[in-house]
Order: sequence, then C-alpha cells, then structure tokens
Amino acid sequence: MVETMDQIFVTLKHWLVGFAPGQCQPLFSAVLSVAAIILAFATLFAVTTLLERKGLGRIQNRYGPNRVGPCGILQPLADGVKALTKEDVIPDTADKVVHFIAPLVLVMPVLLALAVVPVGRNMAALDTDAGVLFFFAVGAATELSVFMAGWSSRNKYSLLGALRAIAQMISYEVPLILSAVTVIMAAGSLSAVRIVEAQSGYWGVIPNWYVLTPWGLAGFILFMVAATAESNRSPFDLPEGESELIAGYYTEYSGFKFALFFLGEYLGLFAVSGLGITLFLGGWHAPLPGLDWVPSWLWFFAKLLVIIAAFIWVRGTLPRLRMDQLMGLAWKFMLPMALVNIFVAGLWRFLPGGVGRWSVCSILVVGAYLLLGRLLAGRKQPGKRVYRYAE
Amino acid sequence: MTVPFAIIAFLTLASAVAAMSLRNLVHCALTLMLTFAGLAALYLQLGAQFVGFAQILVYLGAVAILIVFAILLTRASEPPRRSRFSATWVVGVGIAAGVFGVLSGVILSSRAIAGVLRPPPDLTVRQIGDQLMGKYVLPLEVIGLLLTAALIGAAIIAMHEQRGSK
Repeated sequence: MVETMDQIFVTLKHWLVGFAPGQCQPLFSAVLSVAAIILAFATLFAVTTLLERKGLGRIQNRYGPNRVGPCGILQPLADGVKALTKEDVIPDTADKVVHFIAPLVLVMPVLLALAVVPVGRNMAALDTDAGVLFFFAVGAATELSVFMAGWSSRNKYSLLGALRAIAQMISYEVPLILSAVTVIMAAGSLSAVRIVEAQSGYWGVIPNWYVLTPWGLAGFILFMVAATAESNRSPFDLPEGESELIAGYYTEYSGFKFALFFLGEYLGLFAVSGLGITLFLGGWHAPLPGLDWVPSWLWFFAKLLVIIAAFIWVRGTLPRLRMDQLMGLAWKFMLPMALVNIFVAGLWRFLPGGVGRWSVCSILVVGAYLLLGRLLAGRKQPGKRVYRYAE
Repeated sequence: MTVPFAIIAFLTLASAVAAMSLRNLVHCALTLMLTFAGLAALYLQLGAQFVGFAQILVYLGAVAILIVFAILLTRASEPPRRSRFSATWVVGVGIAAGVFGVLSGVILSSRAIAGVLRPPPDLTVRQIGDQLMGKYVLPLEVIGLLLTAALIGAAIIAMHEQRGSK
C-alpha cells in the first residue's frame, strides 16, 4: 500500500504510455512528463498567489482577498479570467516581435529547469548526468528575456528596470552557483537524483541532510538569499520597484503577457526552491525515520510549501534594499563567504569524522561570518542621519 | 542526416544569416544568441552534455549580456542610416571564401576522418572533472590566474575612472 501510493504517478504514467504505439512511446512519455510538470506547478502557482495575498494581508493587518468563493479561495480563478479577457496593449513604438517573444523566453527555460528537479522517488522527468549544470544553464536564458522585455518596450523605466534586473541576476548567480558547488563536492555528482540518494539514511533520528552540517547550513542560507535575489523577490525587488520604476521591465505588458511574466517568475521561484530542497534538504526523503510511509512526492511538496511560506514571510517583513547595498551584499559579503564555505566543505570531506571535524568547520564558518561582517560594518559609524538633498 | 539535425542546422544557419544582415544591432545580437543556442543543441545531439551545457551557460548567460550591454553603452541602439553593406564587401566575401576553401580542403584530406570512425566513448561529466583536476590541472590553474588578473584589471580601470570624475 505504502509502495503503491509512493509510486502512484510513475505507475499511472507507465500505464498510459502502454497505450501508445511502439515507436511513439518515448515521445509520448516525454509529453506526459511535461504535461505533469505544467499541471502540478501551475496549480501550485495558483495556490501560492492566493496564499501570498492572504499571508501578506495577515502580516499587514488587513483581510486580503475574501470576496470570490468561500474565504476568497476562488480568487486565482477570477485573476486568470481577468488576465485572459483584458485588452492586450502594445506600445506604438515598441519592437513588436521582441515584445511578443520575451514572456515566452522567460517561461520556457523555467519549465525546462523544473524537469531536472526530482519531486519524488523515481520522479525526475529528466535524469541526466549533469542535472545541476543543466539547471543553471537554462536559468541563464531568463536574463535575456528580461533584457528583451525591457528593451523592446521603448520605455525608459522598462529599460532601467531591465538593466537593474540583469545586474542583480548576474551578481547573485555567482554566490548561487558557488554555494551549490559544496554539495556537488560532497555528493561527488552533478546529477540531482544522485545528490538526493547521497542524503538518504539517518544518524539515529537525525536525517543525513547536507543542511545539518556547518558548511551545509551556511551554504543553504547563502543559496536561499541568492535565490530570493535571482527571482527578484522582496527585499531584492528593486528591478520591479513600483514606487521607483512603475514595475520595471514589465511596465508595458498587459493582459495575458503580464500573467505569463508573473507565472514565469513564480515557476522560477519554485524551480530554485526545488533545487535548494534537492541540494540541502534531502529532496524527497522524510525528515524522521518513522515517517517513511508518507509518499515521497508529498514530502517534496511539503518542503516546497514551507520554503514558499518563508518567502512570503520575508516579503511581508523586510524593506527593500538600496542598489549599492544590493551589490555590496553580493560581492563583498556573499562571494567571499561562499568561497570560504567551499574550502570548509573540502576540509569536511578529508578530516576524520567526529567532534573535532564539527568544531573546526563550525569555527571556520562562524569566524568567517563574524570577520566579514565586522570588516564591512567597520568603516561606517552609525550617527546622526544627514540628508544631502532633502534639506 | 536525421530530422532533428536538419531542424537544428537550419535554425542555426538561418539565425547566423539574420545576425549578419539585420539592420538593428540589438536584433543582430538576439539572433546571434539563437545561433549560440543552436550550436549548444548540436553539441547535445552529439552526446557532449558538458560542452553543450557550458556553451549555454557561458554564451547565452554571460557573452550575450556582455554584447547587449556593450551595444547599449557605446552607441544608440537605433538602426544606422548607412547602407548595410560595407564598401569593401567584395574583398570580405573573397577572404571568407578563401578561408572556407582552405579549411574544408584540410579537413577533407585529414587522416582523422579517412578511416572508419570509431564509436565515441561514453564520457561522463565525472571523467571530464577527473581529467581537469588530474592531468590538466596546470592549464586550468593558469587560466584561472589569467582570468583573476583580468578581473582585477577591469576593477582597477573602473575605479580609476570614478576617482577622476569626482
């Protein structure tokens, strides 16, 4: 029974593929996987928009959507209908073709990236030898989409927003990849499926997840901060700052193209969170040995929802950064920290296991964190605030 | 020649021609990205996963943005008024044809493709990594040093400019 529930989608897919004629089976299998990814994550997108609006409402002391359906749970449906029926306005001076292609260039790579994330036992749509590399490679195309959207709109706010977004994405891609390198070193593989397998088993009741090591914890925090910046979410949402850039590179998008941008952004968030779960939080493994009977895909999505909840919480809590603070954080703090973390992960690999290894690695990580923080804060003396222009 | 190869080859060649002949520089850059993507697809089709993904990561992720920024920073992205052909296009075509002739002559007369082609070895990313960290560690380190030097140089140039403007 447990086994059946765990593999129910895999069995279902094999059963459906059996109906296709012989030569078409690989193609049909691929189409089924893609359909499953789109269906599952688009549903999750609808649920997340509702949760986000409700959660932000709760944090900001208001109700949030509560008119459509009981307690407002049909709000995503209403939003979808609205996006579909709205007029699609294209600026007169816009570059029509590029303007049209940009949202597609955002959504397609993100769907490709979701293909390598194992959402359950035997449930990675694409199990390649270089899965993590594939993830980062297709993720690189999103920057191009942002530029296309910003440039083709012929709007200075759009272009400014696009340039900000690209600068931010390139800066935070470095710590994102470097913090993932530690896991690749520890697992000895670039395949997402192998990495999840390497985190199986328990030490007593404590799972063998990489997040429960000194370098893993530091790597996970670095990874999630960089992921927040990569997906342009608050507090790193400068490229879309409503108050400064009237929503940045998608100012000139309306109707379903705007909805596609919105979808792409959220799918990107799911993809990068899914990779974070795969790399650091043990993928689809249960957190306690006694909970193995819960299907593996349920664990993956439970972890994903917890991370999304954390993202909503952060968005409701932290104010937006300034541009120079944003760049300073990426290059002066996160990059050196990620490099130190790679060194610590190498040390962890070669030191004999035990209390000594734990203390040496913890001291190195915490020491680097404190030292970098002191060095960066050292020059600035907090004093009376001086306004250069306002007075 | 298989159907996927034909599609990829056609896309790559068509986008390369578009990259040379379109009037707007940004359009040229964007079609050039399509060419890079087509090359990556060709590598993937040949089973060279690592090279294909590295091609996407480096060319679509970094070089594309570099080209686009260079266009935006150096000149207006409006199409120029001049003719799209340079005055000396005959010479250019001649040189290109000459280079193509020499290269194809050398390749066709090479001994490497004269015999029976061996099936390609089943390379994994792990083997490439082992080779890079073992046999080829010195070239890797030298390239790393060179890139670090270039990075520091770029930072110094940027810093100097900032100081001068104050």
